Parts: sequence; structure tokens; C-alpha cells
Amino acid sequence: MSKPRDASARVPFVSRAGFNLGARLALPVLPGMIAFGLAVGATAGRKGLSFFDNFFMNLFVYAGMSQIVAMEAWPERFDAVALASLALLCATINARLLLMSASLQPWLGALPAWQIYPGLHILTDPSWLISMSYRAKGGSDAGVFFGASAIPALVWMSAITAGYLAGALVADPRRYGIDLVMPIFFAAMLVPLWRGARRSIAWLVAGVVALIVQQLVGGWWFIVVGGIAGSVAGGFLDDA
Amino acid sequence: MMHDGFGVPAAILVMALVTHAMRAGGFWLMAFMPRSPRLHRMIEALPGAVVAAAVLPFIVREGPVAALAIAVAGVVMLVTRKDLLAVLTGMAVAAGARAAGL
Repeated sequence: MSKPRDASARVPFVSRAGFNLGARLALPVLPGMIAFGLAVGATAGRKGLSFFDNFFMNLFVYAGMSQIVAMEAWPERFDAVALASLALLCATINARLLLMSASLQPWLGALPAWQIYPGLHILTDPSWLISMSYRAKGGSDAGVFFGASAIPALVWMSAITAGYLAGALVADPRRYGIDLVMPIFFAAMLVPLWRGARRSIAWLVAGVVALIVQQLVGGWWFIVVGGIAGSVAGGFLDDA
Repeated sequence: MMHDGFGVPAAILVMALVTHAMRAGGFWLMAFMPRSPRLHRMIEALPGAVVAAAVLPFIVREGPVAALAIAVAGVVMLVTRKDLLAVLTGMAVAAGARAAGL
């Protein structure tokens, strides 16, 4: 692997205090992760996956939405076509992680590979938003990213295990509004990210493009296409 | 054709490789991108853009209860700046609206 061009950049500071702050910032999403993890574990049991299949899928894939969609369309036979369609499904639903990890690079790029790549394996939507929001406020302690990623990962692994064992006993998350925790948290994160009406034109572009893609294309492309559209709009906004 | 006993582990492996490639790949590729103020602004705009692109279609699909819960949570966040309080209020609004048959 060749050296990135900014290899000389200062290695970001990683502290225990930052890790604890990241863990604390992740608290609001834990109820949602538990409810979602229970559902993923219960689905794995219902689809006939073994205890270890469920455990290792969550450990190695660790992307609940793509897992639950994949398991709902779980193939009867795992031939090359079935595996290719599972790969395409994961690529579509998880393409947003490509954008998220790319956006962390200017901040965390100088960390040693043995630290950052395991950290990126547990990168999730909430841990990314927490980290980017912290960074936008001027923070630079990389421990926040690790704390906000590690605690949800541990909670997730417990929840999917419990969900697998409890199976059909898992209650309907809709009753307590738990299915809305992630969207509510994401929307709340927009408040600290607000930088005036002009900058938020990028968000409007993202939302409108996502709605159009959702209506016209369907599937899961709308998040990544909308995100790219909004990001590009944001990049060109202040040129005028 | 693959032996059936290896089907599920093979599926997990494929899903894991593709997903990890997304998490590691964006970060890795970004190191080769030339730095510019525009790239900086694109990265700054990305969190809000991804949230808008995920949440707006979600609201359209889920309907008025989701819209109400998210709007109330947004107002609570705006006033108090406490995300945990905003999330709990939003959940309570959704649970209440559904219990009321909305």
C-alpha cells in the first residue's frame, strides 16, 4: 500500500476521556439499537440460521438493515447467483458507509492502520453522525469516534444474541415508538449541524433527490444518491 | 453448486466482505484525493445531506405519526439541545399517537 499524500499530517490525539465522551454521546441511540438488534436476532432464528451463524453474521457484517433485508429474501440454495444478489444487496444498502468512512479520513487518516481499520469495522450511522457533529464543533479527540462506535457494537452483539434466544417473545417495537428512535435521533442531530439557511440548501437538495430516487428507482439507492447530491451541492454552494 | 453445509457461511462471508469493503474502502480511497476547500465543504455538508436523504423518504413512507414525532423531537432539540430528551420525547409522542389510533 502506498503512503497517502497527507501521511505527514499530525496523528490525531486519542484519549480515554474522549472514548468516554463518545460512549456517553451514543447513549440516546442505545434503546433503538437494542430493539433493532432483538429484531435482527429473532429474524435469524425464524429463518433457521444457527446460533453461531447469527453471531458471526453480526460480528463480521455488522450492518443490521442489510442483514434483515437479506434474511427476508434468504435463498433456498446458495449458488453463485444467490451469492451475487446478496453481494449486490449489501453493496446497495451499505454504500452510504463508503461516504461516511471517506469523510472521516481527513480527520483520522494519520492514525495507525491497526487502530483505524478495526475501528472502521464498527462504524455505524449513529457513531458517524456523533463523530462528525463533535468534529464540526471543533473537537479533535479521535477517542470520541472509538467510544461512540465500540459501545453500540457491544450492545448490539448482546441484543442480537438475546433476540435469537428469545425469538418470538420479542415485543412489537412500534408500540413504544422504538422503531422511530434512529430517524428521530438523526433528525435531532441536524440542529447542532445547522450552519444557516444558505448552507442547508444542500440538505434540501439531498432530501428532494432522495425522494425522487425512492419513487423512480425504488430499493435502497436513495440514501447514497441523495447524500452524494447534497454533498456536491454543499461543495459548490459557496463558490458563487 | 456449493455443498449446502457451506451455503450459509459462504453467504455470511460474501456479505461481510462487501460491507467491510464499504467501511474501509471510502477511507482508504480518500487518502488519494487532492485536498481542496471544495472537498472540505462537501465533507462538511455530508452529515446533514445523509440525514435528509434517509429521513425525508422515511417520513413519506411512514406517514403523519413519524412526521409529528420527528418534528416534536426537533423542537425539543432546538430549545434544550439535549438529544436524549429529544429522542425520548419523540418516542413518547409516537407511542401516544399510536395508542390514540393515529
